[in-house]
Amino acid sequence: MIKVEALTKKYGAFTAVDDVTFTARSGRVTGFLGPNGAGKSTTMRIMVGLTPPSSGSATVSSRRYADLPNPGLEVGVLLDASAQHAGRTGREILTIAQRTMGLPARRVDEMLDLVSLTEAEAGRRVRNYSLGMRQRLGIATALIGDPSALILDEPANGLDPAGIRWMRDLLREYADQGGTVLLSSHLLHEIEVIADDLVVIGNGRIVAQGTKSELLEAAGTVVRTVEAAALVRALETAGIQALVSPDGALRTDADTTRVGQVALAAGIALTELRSADGAGLEEMFLELTADSQREGVAA
Amino acid sequence: MSTTTATAIVEREAPVAGTRSTPQPIPMSRIVGVELRKMFDTRSGFWLMMSVGIAATLATAATLLFVPHDELSYDRFAGAIGVPMTIILPMIAVLSVTSEWSQRSGLTTFTLVPHRSRVVTGKLVATMLVGVASIATAFIVGAFGNVVGSAILGVDTTWDIPFTNVLTIFLADGLGMLMGFTLGVLIRNSPGAIVGYFVYALVLPAALGTLAAFQGWFADLQGWVDFNFASSALYDGTLTATEWAQIGVSGIFWLVAPLAIGLTLVLRSEVK
Repeated sequence: MIKVEALTKKYGAFTAVDDVTFTARSGRVTGFLGPNGAGKSTTMRIMVGLTPPSSGSATVSSRRYADLPNPGLEVGVLLDASAQHAGRTGREILTIAQRTMGLPARRVDEMLDLVSLTEAEAGRRVRNYSLGMRQRLGIATALIGDPSALILDEPANGLDPAGIRWMRDLLREYADQGGTVLLSSHLLHEIEVIADDLVVIGNGRIVAQGTKSELLEAAGTVVRTVEAAALVRALETAGIQALVSPDGALRTDADTTRVGQVALAAGIALTELRSADGAGLEEMFLELTADSQREGVAA
Repeated sequence: MSTTTATAIVEREAPVAGTRSTPQPIPMSRIVGVELRKMFDTRSGFWLMMSVGIAATLATAATLLFVPHDELSYDRFAGAIGVPMTIILPMIAVLSVTSEWSQRSGLTTFTLVPHRSRVVTGKLVATMLVGVASIATAFIVGAFGNVVGSAILGVDTTWDIPFTNVLTIFLADGLGMLMGFTLGVLIRNSPGAIVGYFVYALVLPAALGTLAAFQGWFADLQGWVDFNFASSALYDGTLTATEWAQIGVSGIFWLVAPLAIGLTLVLRSEVK
């Protein structure tokens, strides 16, 4: 379990992380979501002691990271896959981690196997690695100590679709076996497919958190019918506000069950009835990013 | 890369958090061992280490070729080998520290060992071990040249470096490495710290030497304020009590104070 309490980091007048509190529970994948520059990486660096916080605390299994006697055996960390000595081979980087943690040498081969880096690739210098290969090597370094928690900053960056699928399965299985996974991303869809819980951060503050289903349910319902006007009236009578989208679908805050009941009672045939599937979350996320949009200025 | 979509199995011996025993702390010997390994495991690091032996061999060969036969002595060989050593050894010390920042590998290093003082101590010990081994190698190569050279040329083998001078040469090179290490923790950037060392070792002596040559007041003072000047006496052996005191006093400004500032910065700064 990873616990972050009232964490704040100030750089002069600028507050990079503002009173952030959340818990990543064991057996679950917690997605740490936010636009670029929202404070995700700073929060993660504070969690592992690379950046001193201005106030607040972060603990892993109820202990400060710096108090862990051999942290690699308890928390696997991947903050930046490119932050490696370019002149070392992949195998050498894993060997350094294996030696530092005091693990048997066979762990290196087991990890190379796990992340599908071949013997030849492992012998190449990291300078010649693609970002996807660096991510795999970083995951291997994080997992080599068989830790009970993982802290991964943008681990899907640079992976091809098959690689993203592979990582998803890997982390899912890891969490199913009782591990704690905290991973960050600036892409909503990437994190939606893998996370059980979401923590959404913007401009250093947490703007939403909860289980994925809670956050997605809050997004409401999309419903289609040939008798759209009749359905809007029926819903209004039932006290439900609905809007007709330009594409002809109706959107409402009510859940799917309620909308279905109203339609049945009014005798209106539906052609589609589904939850809005994070459309609300996406809306919120876009609003968040709007403040820090750079397109308008730069492009 | 073999692209795989198959479900990968994460083998975990103790899957549930809380059921495992508390791990043992990482011993200092392991940190030193890992830091030592990191000094050799890149191509540049490996050849920097090899350059100690290569430079010693080249300097020995040059001594054999260019020094008049009747003047061949161990001191000649050691003096010739000593010059490249005073450059190479501090570079080894600089890079052992700065590569963590310049290559950003510190992100992993300081995460696996979240006590930076232990990592830096490990680096210092590893650097000094390499230093002692390098200087010993240099002395041995020089001795070999002295024996073989005098045999080939049919002259008497002259051993003219007293043991106390051997020790002061070790000390002088050790201080040079410590200076490199200090610049490393202070600047934390490979090119910057290397340039810094060259300014210290090559530019400043020329400037301060000129100043001393023309300004009498500085000539009297130089030993007390110029660490490089004061410690160069170590290469020649027998030092007076005043010369020892000068090394100590000037060392406070040039070595102790910057090292203290550098270590404080390393312990407190953000690793990005």
